[in-house]
Amino acid sequence: MDFLSNLVNGISLGSIYAVIALGYTMVYGIAKMLNFAHGDIIMVGAYVCFYAVYHFGLPGWAGVLLAMLLCLILGVAVERLAYRPLRRADSLAVLITAIGVSYFLENTAQLVFGANNVFFPNLFEAEPIRLFDGRLVISVVTLASIGICMAVMVILTLFIEKTKLGKAMRAVSEDKDAARLMGISVDRTISVTFAIGSALAALAGVLLCSAIPSLSPMTGSMPGIKAFTAAVFGGIGSIPGALLGGLLLGVIEVMGKAYISTQLSDAIVFLVLIIVLLVRPTGILGKKVQEKV
Amino acid sequence: MKKKLAWLMLAAMVVTVLLSGCGTKNSNTFKIGMTGPLTGGAAQYGIAAQRGAQIAVEEINAKGGIQFELKVEDDTHDAEKAANAYNALIDWGMQISLGSVTSTPCEATARIAAAEKIFALTPSASSTSVTKAGGGYQFQICFSDPNQGSASAVYIKNKGLATKVAIIYKNDDVYSTGIYESFKTKAAELGLSVVSETSFNDDTDTDFSVQVAAARTAGADLIFLPMYYEPASLIFAECNKIGYTPKFFGVDGMDGILTMKGFDTKLAEGVMLLTPFAADASDAKTKSFVQKYQEKYGEIPIQFAADGYDCIYAIYEALQKCDAKASMTAAEIGALLKDTFTSSSFSFSGLTGSGMTWNAAGEVTKDPKGMEIKNGAYVGLD
Repeated sequence: MDFLSNLVNGISLGSIYAVIALGYTMVYGIAKMLNFAHGDIIMVGAYVCFYAVYHFGLPGWAGVLLAMLLCLILGVAVERLAYRPLRRADSLAVLITAIGVSYFLENTAQLVFGANNVFFPNLFEAEPIRLFDGRLVISVVTLASIGICMAVMVILTLFIEKTKLGKAMRAVSEDKDAARLMGISVDRTISVTFAIGSALAALAGVLLCSAIPSLSPMTGSMPGIKAFTAAVFGGIGSIPGALLGGLLLGVIEVMGKAYISTQLSDAIVFLVLIIVLLVRPTGILGKKVQEKV
Repeated sequence: MKKKLAWLMLAAMVVTVLLSGCGTKNSNTFKIGMTGPLTGGAAQYGIAAQRGAQIAVEEINAKGGIQFELKVEDDTHDAEKAANAYNALIDWGMQISLGSVTSTPCEATARIAAAEKIFALTPSASSTSVTKAGGGYQFQICFSDPNQGSASAVYIKNKGLATKVAIIYKNDDVYSTGIYESFKTKAAELGLSVVSETSFNDDTDTDFSVQVAAARTAGADLIFLPMYYEPASLIFAECNKIGYTPKFFGVDGMDGILTMKGFDTKLAEGVMLLTPFAADASDAKTKSFVQKYQEKYGEIPIQFAADGYDCIYAIYEALQKCDAKASMTAAEIGALLKDTFTSSSFSFSGLTGSGMTWNAAGEVTKDPKGMEIKNGAYVGLD
């Protein structure tokens, strides 16, 4: 029973990692950059929702929508102000800028929201499902994160495969210059990518804080790194890969904690990542791309 | 033009020298410095200690006689920042120190206090590593961690609170591990059965499903939580989620949980802890302090505020006893205060205990007090 319970907890945590990883992987797949500020956008989204619900008494769904909207604007603004001027710079400069944006958001959040942790309100009022005399508890948050995670993956895949904008994204991902020659606005396409990624981050932030109700300006940083790991684990750039990587990472983390050591759980997670990358450098579902000369 | 500027600068320099001269001349003002987390996760403690100390300083200054000037630097609960802040305080002319508010930074500042022979009395850094690093110059007004851990075990045993105890502790924090180890040792001595021991660290202080499940599977009827209130709030939420209702026994770091923004105090209902200060106590000293604190800061003081307040008064009484002068250097005052605090004829009664005495290591002796959270407020257990 403990095993099942741990498995449920692992999947619950993993599906949240997966939602974060989806945003990471999408931005990487299309803009070819690692947006390290992604984790901090999660935190901003959670704070927006917290204030909307706790201070202004809005219903939970309105808080989530508001958080997604504001984070969408924030994501596009970050891209416009910090990343777009560096479009022609080498990738290292963009990477450092992303880290800078991450620190900027964390410290601004400390100034604006204060450094103390706040306790995130329970947005899902419904009673959890209790099985086997209450030995196995599946909370509504768990079900919601798994459901949302699956839905997001399907919608994203359809969007990228079927729509015109999705086609433009794939084109930009493959070759920016050729895409531009074909009349695709590269800047606009990348803006849309950031908008989607950041709205997803806000959603992930609300899910994360609903499952683990402590929120501080540093809340997004560790899950951000874990989700990045999940994205690499599953094959960065691959949408099903992000889902698989996130779920596996969550399960490994919880199982490692439960059966090996509560102290070494993170070490175990990253050890598995290293092993996977040694065997399959592109991640589990990552495609090997042949560079054309 | 250039000449004019030179004259202007010269004039400015003269004025500065004159002004700074005034400050030190014919004054009996002692400069007291402290570092503490004024921002960051532990900010609640630093701010409370600072405010408590500030109230004491204002009261004493109003009396005339010995005067204090208090300066508090932010260390964000980080040892490296604390050391830098401490050096800045020494440059400012600190003569007496309140060390740091939390244990890990205080270990760093105690080392500097020992090297510079500055007397330091920390309000709340309770680890023994703090007094060890201080080499006889770092004193504590709070319980040392082993003291608190073993006192908790004795309390649980004597009151028959539990038969099977689970412990969840933070393994990268000296405060938490110190209490955990002494609790475990004492529990074994007393025959109190510890059925589950799990831990977490700074990077894994969010998901407690595994630790709580382990405690539940082991059949624990009480969880001992030697940690600060933030992870504790998540443990309460997790237990609530899975419908597990053991008793909870916390430590003084639990203080602050009731004022956490957004926290549903129902989750902490019935949590017990040992703490030397109760804001609802009816003695005149506590009442007057709580009233002043509320008027000034609009909230009920937590234990750290009382600790800060007591530190200033203990130093005040010791200074009067040993006849120290504000014109002395920090090391001279340090030697005098150190002797006074450890002398058998010195004892101090304040908000956080009466008849406190100190040993040569700098540890305090006083009695703990049991508290319980009822209807969102602390109530004395005895």
